[in-house]
Amino acid sequence: MRGGHKLSPVEQDTDAELLGRLRAGDEQAFVVLVRRHHAAMVQLASSFVPSVAVAEEVAQDTWVAVLRGISAFEGRSSLRTWLLRILVNRARTAGQRERRTVAVGDGEPAVDAARFDETGHWQYPPERWIEEADDRLSAAKMADRIRSAIEDLPARQREVVTLRDVEGLSSEEVCSVLEISEGNQRVLLHRGRSRLRQVIETEFGRP
Amino acid sequence: MLPKFRLRHRDVVCQQAVELVTDYLEGALSWADRRRFERHLAGCPHCTEYLAQMRKTIELTGSVRPDDLSPQVQDEFIAIYRQWRADPDAGRPAS
Repeated sequence: MRGGHKLSPVEQDTDAELLGRLRAGDEQAFVVLVRRHHAAMVQLASSFVPSVAVAEEVAQDTWVAVLRGISAFEGRSSLRTWLLRILVNRARTAGQRERRTVAVGDGEPAVDAARFDETGHWQYPPERWIEEADDRLSAAKMADRIRSAIEDLPARQREVVTLRDVEGLSSEEVCSVLEISEGNQRVLLHRGRSRLRQVIETEFGRP
Repeated sequence: MLPKFRLRHRDVVCQQAVELVTDYLEGALSWADRRRFERHLAGCPHCTEYLAQMRKTIELTGSVRPDDLSPQVQDEFIAIYRQWRADPDAGRPAS
């Protein structure tokens, strides 16, 4: 330990560092891990179960399972992937949702077909809003709008967008957590992101 | 006369381009499709704007932070942790 000082875990510590501290019996490391991941876990679990209360319960049970499994965890996947997999398995059981056969190809377009002419070129091109997002206050408003728009996404799109774009998992991690193929992951991500873009355009766009 | 490949491969139109954006950003397009997509962008300011908006959307989504835990929930987790420390095998079926 540097300079003999006992370092307390800080938000910047990596999951791996916190895992090491947790194994060494550091309670604060557990709290930091929970604060980092719990909200996303509840959100993810709520895709599978009927209520937020059940989702909270599933997420809490997952943490208990994580504590019990911590000595056996081999670190072949990241801690986050590991705990999210436990979570999804438990949420599926709790929601009694069958292992989902993926039906992603609903043909929902990224952009309303009415915005293109009969040759497929823009008739009503994208309204502009990026410049506005350079302003920090506007960007915060847009992020708020996105947060609520994510809630409104179809469950499967919400899961993928939350894991990839909010939580920052890699596509491989998302496929592993949700047990879906790379191709399906991309389709769901595409639909979800396209909807979010449209929400921002509708609200903030200027012709 | 146009080079042969331009005759063989139909160019991408805007309505197709918007469907290729994610595959493009994910690096999942074939080399040929990537070239077609980028060739379309080079001549289409609207689709260039669209791609920039998708990138910005992803960036904004990444700035969404999950709610922090309430002190009560945090206390519950501390209790869970202490209970586990006191009896790591509690509730586990005997093997």
